[in-house]
Amino acid sequence: MASSTKNQAFLFGYRAYMAAFFIFLAAPLVAAGSFAFNDSLFPALPWQGFTLDWFFNDSEPKLGMFHDRRLLRGLYYSGIIGVMVSLLAVFVGTTNAFLFVRGNFPAKNFFYILMILPLVIPGVILGISILVMASNIANGVEDRFNLELEFLRPGILLVVFGQFSFVTTITSLVITARLKKFDTSLEEAALNLGASRAQVLRTVTLPFLRPAMIAAGIVAFLVSFENFNTTLFLVGSESPLTITMYDRMAKVGSTPVLNAVSFFLIVGSGLLALISVVIQRDPKSE
Amino acid sequence: MQSDIKRLSLILLFAPFALWIALLIILPHMGMVVLSLREKVAPRVYEFGFGNYIDFINEPIYWNTLLRTGSMSILVTFLALLIGFPIAYYIAKIAGKRSRGALFLLCLIPLWVSDLIRAFGWILLLRETGVISTFLIRIGLIDQPIEFLYNDITVVIGLVYTVILFMIVPLVSTLDGMDNAMIEAGYNLGGNGFTVLRRIIVPYAMPGIVSGCIVVFMMTAGSYLTPILLGGKNSSWFTEQIYDQFITRFNWESGAAFGFLLLAFTSVVVWIGLRLTGQTLANTVAKS
Amino acid sequence: MNTATLTDSALETAYDLECSNIHKSFGSVRAVDDVSFTIPKGSFFSILGPSGCGKTTLMRMIAGFEDPTSGDIQIKGKSVLNTPPNKRNVKMVFQHLALFPMMNVYENIAYGLRCVGTDKAEIDRKVKDVLDRIALPDVANREIHQLSGGQKQRIAIARCMVMDPDVLLLDEPLGALDLKLREAMKIELKLLQHQFNTTFIYITHDQSEALVMSDHVAIMNEGRFEQIGRPEDLYHNPQTSFVAGFVGDSNRWAGRVVAEDASGFRLETDAGLVMTSVRAVGQRISAGQNVSIFVRPEFIKARKTSTPSADGGENSLQGRVDSVLFNGANSRVLVRGPVGELIEADVVVTGGADDLRAGDDVTLEWSAAQTMCFAA
Repeated sequence: MASSTKNQAFLFGYRAYMAAFFIFLAAPLVAAGSFAFNDSLFPALPWQGFTLDWFFNDSEPKLGMFHDRRLLRGLYYSGIIGVMVSLLAVFVGTTNAFLFVRGNFPAKNFFYILMILPLVIPGVILGISILVMASNIANGVEDRFNLELEFLRPGILLVVFGQFSFVTTITSLVITARLKKFDTSLEEAALNLGASRAQVLRTVTLPFLRPAMIAAGIVAFLVSFENFNTTLFLVGSESPLTITMYDRMAKVGSTPVLNAVSFFLIVGSGLLALISVVIQRDPKSE
Repeated sequence: MQSDIKRLSLILLFAPFALWIALLIILPHMGMVVLSLREKVAPRVYEFGFGNYIDFINEPIYWNTLLRTGSMSILVTFLALLIGFPIAYYIAKIAGKRSRGALFLLCLIPLWVSDLIRAFGWILLLRETGVISTFLIRIGLIDQPIEFLYNDITVVIGLVYTVILFMIVPLVSTLDGMDNAMIEAGYNLGGNGFTVLRRIIVPYAMPGIVSGCIVVFMMTAGSYLTPILLGGKNSSWFTEQIYDQFITRFNWESGAAFGFLLLAFTSVVVWIGLRLTGQTLANTVAKS
Repeated sequence: MNTATLTDSALETAYDLECSNIHKSFGSVRAVDDVSFTIPKGSFFSILGPSGCGKTTLMRMIAGFEDPTSGDIQIKGKSVLNTPPNKRNVKMVFQHLALFPMMNVYENIAYGLRCVGTDKAEIDRKVKDVLDRIALPDVANREIHQLSGGQKQRIAIARCMVMDPDVLLLDEPLGALDLKLREAMKIELKLLQHQFNTTFIYITHDQSEALVMSDHVAIMNEGRFEQIGRPEDLYHNPQTSFVAGFVGDSNRWAGRVVAEDASGFRLETDAGLVMTSVRAVGQRISAGQNVSIFVRPEFIKARKTSTPSADGGENSLQGRVDSVLFNGANSRVLVRGPVGELIEADVVVTGGADDLRAGDDVTLEWSAAQTMCFAA
């Protein structure tokens, strides 16, 4: 009896701790998001009433995010970069999964470690090392052939390469895990029923991998979208959203339009994360 | 013929992997090391040597910053584990079937929210004119606004906040795979709560713990936004030094040397961690 | 023994499958070692052997997933060695069925037809037809995970049969089912085979599956065929000690031949039991040789020694009942023999006063014709 009340007290304490943690988890996000609806020029208390101006108003001083050209351009570049990174990373992640699950070649374990490595290299270092190499090549070509290779200078392409360099590890791990669960007798059954190798891949193997590929693509997009450390060194004149926001925060000081963007991003990334979780739980493919 | 096709497809599969690793990981890092070994003796005149590294050793601010970054990252990793483990354990083992999924989802959904927004949220809460300060004045607990930002404690809290989900998620996955019967057997054989935790649960969860610690440590040591925004310009974070050399002073040689030092330092810490726990990179990070 | 032919009237008809001198090595391991057999049209043929005997490798070679190291495989009289697996008209039901989880029943069955480019109306007709034949006309739009174990089984067969194969291979498809369903599916498979009138090659390690369903059974051990024959031949006239031990239950003793004459042998087990056996056709053993001796429990009559003797057979032993293993119609007694070893004998347990009980003195009797012995 004594132990049961002790257990009750313990469980109560534990639950209180869980609740405290989730409040801790939510508080900054709620703060960042909710001031977007405050009818004030500063993201601070007191509460001046509800407004949607910071999203939709089209004139200064309360220029809403959907009329702010620089923010919109940042959003657009982030979107382009994210789509390119996730397409590339899913493609290479899929070939990597086949390589490491199906392939048999010497030093496979060593190469597998190499595949994981980019995930544990600080993003700053990935950024500077790719910047250094691209500049070396561009400078070398310029000196020798008097040819300016614009695409090797900081810009969208380098940002894509920089993010792709470590996002691919994530997509590879997600798709590899799924491919490992694949029962190869399904492929043999398809062959046995008369399908060609290409038909087997298209009708059996890839449909099985599809949830993992979509989920990996979403995660790649999200990681690309929120990335700052690698992007910072590789960015040219086409700043993605996080860089634009940082510049504004550091130079102009924060106005509630940044809260509006934050709200937009929190909700957007939350929804995408939710979709990626739901897709991977698809019971039909179990 | 069959084996020719096999070989061809292996080569085709290997090509993207090799291009990726060689062109975007290995060659750039080698280039960075080579660059770090060049000394600027005059404009456009360079010499091979260890000058950039000698500068690092001779300037206490530099290596103090690296040591400070390293030790604070270890502290943050430790705190994230300490705070995160009970959370993960509750989600994986104590929560009921339905609330388990919901709680885990609550951890997964904000996983990919940008550091920038997280730090921004903390700024709004903690600054002098922020929510907490205003609230404390309102209820009469203090009568002067307090600045909570720009100190080490805030930086540590902010960093723990930024990385803790990357500790919790692999831990939940690992603990979820653990058979409850193992824990019950532990109690049944006469263990108390502490010995069951120490002898059964922690050893079982070790790959997840190590995996979470590696990822969290690397993210912390490599983070830039959180220490700068919450710690201010004097936060003395090593990534800031790298940025400073590259962007502000345009001294790429020294910046490359700093980058290599950060990489070497963090790799050594991770290597020691793996050694101490008897784990490998392949069975920890690759599983999460 | 390896080039066994079937003494069957079907010998004259065309063979659906003919394997000659097939070898398969994986490195230094010989998985299949000089196997030859022919299967006449429309029969149910089983390959029975313990796990690891090479039967799955043999089947995978017939389907084309492995190439034999040497030897030839002919389907309908044509060698298929250079035909890739997706061009062979041999269909296979996999051990875990390998139904495609991302497709529904209709799409699973239509898969092969779509691969060969059959037109849509024809596919519709054929799928409907085959679903009728397996007595599941209404499941076309179900998802695979909505089917019961037995239904999945039938869909897997239908998916192959819709392609009208020359030979259907079945790789232990009943292994995953529970006991009751397995019993029902045995009968159903046999009926399906009759209905489709296609050659079935069935691989299993479960002797009752092989014996119940098959027209002919090949017993495989360590990569070789030990014996091919009708189920009752394998049971009553095993040619090797492996077959005698593997098919059915037996009391098994190691012993030697102490004497022989024109009609048979006098045998003595290592422990000292003495018994006689009849000389079988082609049996090459002689006095002094070490042998393995088998007597099936159902041929040993156990009666209380106190009851009057009936004509039980040439062999007779005294013993005491050690325990009664009640299992309905398959009940059995364990009898402690004169030299202390345990002998199994089938008994009828009626529940009456005459039933044998532990401690009863019994006489065990069986005829010399039921004593099987093979050179050890």
